[in-house]
Amino acid sequence: MYIFKQEIRSQKLPIIIWSLSIGLLIAMCVLMFPDMKSQMDDVNEMFSSMGNFTSAFGMDQLNFGTITGFYAVEGGNILAIGGAFFAAITGISALLKEEKDRTAEFLLTHPVTRVKVVAEKLLSVFAIITILNIIVFICSVGSILIIGEEFDWKIMILFHLAYLLMQYEIAGICFGISSFLRKSGLGIGIGIASVFYFLNIVANISDDAKSLKYITPFGYTEGSDIINNKTLEIKYLIPGMILMLVGIIIGFIYYKRKDINS
Amino acid sequence: MNIIETNKLTKKYGKARGIDELNLKVEQGDFFGFIGPNGAGKSTTIRTLLGLISPTAGSAKVLGYDIVSDSKKILQNTGYLPSEINFYNGMKVKDVIKYSADLRNAKCTDKALSLAKRLDLDMNKKVSELSLGNRKKVGIVCAVQHSPSLLILDEPTSGLDPLMQREFFSILNEENQRGATIFFSSHILSEVQTYCKSAAFIKDGKIIISDKVEKLEETGAKKVTVKTSEGTNEYLFKGDIKELLNDISSKNPIDVTITEPSLEDIFMNYYE
Repeated sequence: MYIFKQEIRSQKLPIIIWSLSIGLLIAMCVLMFPDMKSQMDDVNEMFSSMGNFTSAFGMDQLNFGTITGFYAVEGGNILAIGGAFFAAITGISALLKEEKDRTAEFLLTHPVTRVKVVAEKLLSVFAIITILNIIVFICSVGSILIIGEEFDWKIMILFHLAYLLMQYEIAGICFGISSFLRKSGLGIGIGIASVFYFLNIVANISDDAKSLKYITPFGYTEGSDIINNKTLEIKYLIPGMILMLVGIIIGFIYYKRKDINS
Repeated sequence: MNIIETNKLTKKYGKARGIDELNLKVEQGDFFGFIGPNGAGKSTTIRTLLGLISPTAGSAKVLGYDIVSDSKKILQNTGYLPSEINFYNGMKVKDVIKYSADLRNAKCTDKALSLAKRLDLDMNKKVSELSLGNRKKVGIVCAVQHSPSLLILDEPTSGLDPLMQREFFSILNEENQRGATIFFSSHILSEVQTYCKSAAFIKDGKIIISDKVEKLEETGAKKVTVKTSEGTNEYLFKGDIKELLNDISSKNPIDVTITEPSLEDIFMNYYE
């Protein structure tokens, strides 16, 4: 597990920076809620008159006046963008940075099989994303406890679980793609995360495009679905997990044969 | 037993040639110099042997193992020093050396420390602050610390000052006497001539000659320098010495030197 350990150690700083940025931003939003609650009736009214814009972010089916609804929109959007970008960057660069920094030659001339390298790198990607989500979760729960609002904790857990799986999926797909890239793939990773995010917005706006939710991982992170059904949308989750597995398998197959050029 | 044996080993980069049906044999315990100009295929050969790139055609065995299917077993008993060596930013020298040992499941702290001392390497420096020469030293420690049975070094002396080069070769000599086979690529012929038992010349991806260094030197050719009033003329001569002397005297020489050709002269002869 030396490769795994080395990976976690080298990513310490980015993990801390990203976790605290996302976690503290969410906490700040939550802490503002008590002041905003009284005005929320107006906000709800305003949003209901904004048509498509409201549905784009799933706000048409949520009550902004409750902490649960408020959290699903505010916390959800922060974690969606922040988490997805972080997962994309982590997934796409885990293997690629060895080539970009020209350390692949060092690593791969030690008696470790390519399969072992890929496996430990993959494990580290999942571990790093999990650590980020735990820190964010602690920040969220802490801030909700501070303002002392009633909160349905089952929803809270389901909600964060959905976002965690979404990040695993994006990381897995990016990880697979990275195995046939050379040099840096950061742009591609962030691009993939952004495309998924916008596909979900399109799906929310147009009923004709509803089926896009089967493709984008944001299909199963929709706050309104989780709050109203108190469960994850399995029909969107399963294709996502399959996509993730395909990405991972491609990663294993391609990296095994990849030429490491100087 | 041959420690390295390639059979029509070929690597193409798209249409570009890397190496072309290369046949190379290195015997156990040899100190082998792999000579060729830039772009001849030295690094491609080494990287293929180590499994960093896969061959397009042909096959090769290192330490008796197939380079494609048994790469891990080869790497277990091999130490490698790349020509351009890079490490993980943020790590200290001792961290890199420890990581390398860990990846081999080897405990070799004593040897690593003594090597670092001989090479005058500061273990507490960050690797990102090191010069090329000092990075090379870290690479040498990583390649040698686990006492491998084969050492592969790609242009090892570039970046090292003459004093360090001498220390480096004395380390290699000790490893060789311990029983390790040394295989290194170079375009500095004098160091091959001084230290190597055998050598091979590579040109355009093919081995053009491979033999013991003393045999390579024994070409029967002489290096002739003739100084006349018109200038100095230098050439290799092979054939009847009487004819050579007649030829020289017909030129009204002021000064004449006839010596054994150096490996460099032979090398230049092959590539011209």
